[in-house]
Amino acid sequence: MQQKPFAVTLDPNSSRQNHTGLWRSKRPVYVDRLPPCNAACPAGENIQAWLYEAEEGKYFEAWQKLMADNPFPAVHGRVCYHPCENACNRGELDEAVNIHAVERYLGDLAIEKQWTLEPGSKSGKKVLVVGGGPSGLSAAYHLTRLGHAVSLYEAGNKIGGMMRFGIPAYRLPRDILDAEVARIEAMGVALHLNHKVEDLQAELEKGSFDAAFLAIGAHIGKRTDIPGRDAGKILDAVQFLEKMESDAPPKLGRRVAVYGGGNTAIDAARTAKRLGADEAVIIYRRDREHMPAHDFEVAEALEEGIQIHWLRTITSGSDEKFQVEEMTLDEDGRPVGTGRFEAIAADTLILALGQYVDADFLRNVPGLLVSEDGVVQVDERMMTGRPGLFAGGDMVPSARTVTVATGHGKKAARHIDAYLRGKTYQPPKKHALASFDRLNPWYYTDADQSKQPYLDMARRRKSFDEVVGGLGEDTALLEARRCLSCGNCFECDNCYGVCPDNAVIKLGPGLRYAFNLDYCKGCGMCAEECPCGAIDMIRESV
Amino acid sequence: MMSKQVVKFYQTGTFTVGNRLLDETLRTVQSGIARTNSLNSGHRACQGCGEALGARYAVDAAMRAANNQVIAVNATGCLEVFSTPYPESAWQLPWIHSVFGNAPAVASGVAAALKAKGKTQSKVIAQGGDGGTVDIGFGCLSGMFERNDDVLYICYDNEAYMNTGVQRSGATPPAARTMTTQAVGDAPGSRFETGKNLPRIAMAHDIPYVATATVADLHDLEAKVTKAVKMRGARYIHIFVPCPLGWGSDPAHTIRVARTAVESGLFPVFEAESGKVTDVTPIRKKMPVEDYLRLQGRFKHLFGPPKKTETLAAIQQIADDNIARYGLIEAPDSE
Repeated sequence: MQQKPFAVTLDPNSSRQNHTGLWRSKRPVYVDRLPPCNAACPAGENIQAWLYEAEEGKYFEAWQKLMADNPFPAVHGRVCYHPCENACNRGELDEAVNIHAVERYLGDLAIEKQWTLEPGSKSGKKVLVVGGGPSGLSAAYHLTRLGHAVSLYEAGNKIGGMMRFGIPAYRLPRDILDAEVARIEAMGVALHLNHKVEDLQAELEKGSFDAAFLAIGAHIGKRTDIPGRDAGKILDAVQFLEKMESDAPPKLGRRVAVYGGGNTAIDAARTAKRLGADEAVIIYRRDREHMPAHDFEVAEALEEGIQIHWLRTITSGSDEKFQVEEMTLDEDGRPVGTGRFEAIAADTLILALGQYVDADFLRNVPGLLVSEDGVVQVDERMMTGRPGLFAGGDMVPSARTVTVATGHGKKAARHIDAYLRGKTYQPPKKHALASFDRLNPWYYTDADQSKQPYLDMARRRKSFDEVVGGLGEDTALLEARRCLSCGNCFECDNCYGVCPDNAVIKLGPGLRYAFNLDYCKGCGMCAEECPCGAIDMIRESV
Repeated sequence: MMSKQVVKFYQTGTFTVGNRLLDETLRTVQSGIARTNSLNSGHRACQGCGEALGARYAVDAAMRAANNQVIAVNATGCLEVFSTPYPESAWQLPWIHSVFGNAPAVASGVAAALKAKGKTQSKVIAQGGDGGTVDIGFGCLSGMFERNDDVLYICYDNEAYMNTGVQRSGATPPAARTMTTQAVGDAPGSRFETGKNLPRIAMAHDIPYVATATVADLHDLEAKVTKAVKMRGARYIHIFVPCPLGWGSDPAHTIRVARTAVESGLFPVFEAESGKVTDVTPIRKKMPVEDYLRLQGRFKHLFGPPKKTETLAAIQQIADDNIARYGLIEAPDSE
């Protein structure tokens, strides 16, 4: 011991020779967990990561992170059914983060600022994409970023697939769609319109393609016979919505009935109303609870004056009206007839009963497994039975949404890339889910969700103007900041602050923290007070 | 109103230690890489010690507020024993310990000496546990208040004499089990008396500043220490610091225990100037006292069998009285 003056005995800080970490029976470890939003996203977006950038107002960086997975943020911010928000842990506190509204803000900002992305360095390989819908475009985009030369053949005279021919303009304005497609084209994707593929093998040889991705969608409307009704006076919803994109919109009567209960039925009825139908009614065989259409779309339709006759099936009809049977649901939720009938007047009937795939041109391709309704079977790489031939979107077994299709395009692109390079693509291992019970929500400020504005009702009923508006910069920023960062450290300094033993080392912005195990006593306060559940306590080996 | 900054950055809120979205000047002392760690690693406090945490929070804030010109005087108690077991010290500032009961008097002397030497920039803090403050050092403390000596006294209240083996103090709450108030007999645990409420006794001296704080609200604690350090005269801050050992709580729950004490109304957080309450920290999410009591072994006997509903109701009444006295619940229409 050093010689000290009287009563001065202890050197400052001399306690550090006492390694209190020896007391520990458990140690903290930093972990990363999979946020529920990311886990739920059919397009595989890293939502939490782009929200993190947006929170700081780094919109370009946020957009880049978004574009790593999805080339259509402005489209998805409008039409995606956002399963991310259903999964969002914030829903347990007040209301989910309005993720799609922030995504839309970023997408629209990118269009306004004309942000672009460069193609990857050239691989020398050529890929054919058949079909210009979300899946085909997504694959083309990702393949281009991976360095491959892509030609996209679209049978129709416009690009966009169901984004254009299935989703009405009041939900997705065409200039938005055009802008996001144009960005993909500008990256070097060769788009060929009015090019219907009849003989796949011949096309592949002619263009000397090294691989192909099929994404022709499912747009043959299912039909049903209505005794007594002239089949010529029955439209199908897919054709009807498609005609809306031509110069001559279809002529409808005063009273329009739509048969079916999916989102397409809702779209058809709301479109009919906008075309001037006095009455637009939906006839559906089950009740509202069992309707496949999303609840908010049903609500919007009802607001606009669409009538819905639940629990009715059409049994026969004439030119002016239908006979419908009242239904009831059995224990399994299946509709059964009651024997009670009523009449519903309608000049036009639109069928929205689901769709088939027009896959005839594929039936002779060796190795391909095509089911009766045209659905093509693919493996976990999105590859068909024929090596080098991949498929995705509505033509393979799927939930048939724009986002699922976009996700298929990305997934297929990664496997096509691996295939072309003679490798196999191994998706990174997923972290365990960041569940709500791992959070310490005390630290999050109460904050109401920022709501998007709605078009006034008079214009909603008469025009194809966009119904739902976007957030402004202020509200988008606040909304991004409502993210809880579930399961992944966002450097809030809580662990660094609450450690009674100064055993957490702050490494600086972006570098997170480390534990100083010489002094960590293993109390577990850091793990307990971590807002986002990014610290686990694990038992020390003895 | 207090001068503390309220910033609505929702993701981290105003409640986490740090916030990358905040301007550097508005961030807490504890979030900084350059914080002084006045009480450093290697001290021998138990796992999850609330007092060790509270002391670093408070002294680091005092150091920043006074440009590191701080002298600390310590009463006997856990804080003194675990930080300076001979021949080690965990302190990184001039620090003096004399005996159990005289810390306020020693601090008065240090302040007088600094004044005599013309070192007006240096600040004196005195600190002790609840035993050294409300019982053993109380005479010296009251004298320090009465003379309005230029000292900031900080009491780290863990509601019993923990260092010597958890004996009851004047700050031990009713029904709490300690070594000297066992959970046996007709009225188990500490007797149903209000004990000494030192913040209110300090206010009765009409000193310039009195405040309460907890380790569960760092922003509030730092704001109060910073404000107090910059004032002159006798100042008193009473910090609520849960003790996992003495309270029988999980070491990981130290902050949670403090949080539930505040949110239940059992520990009112307020500040007062010259004897008058000037600000209170409202309860964010009101919770029953049971949510606080259940986290602690010292109240286990209340939950039976049989459950002591009358005792629990009496403790709830204490919380409700606090809520009424200090106005801890905001009217719904106010800001």
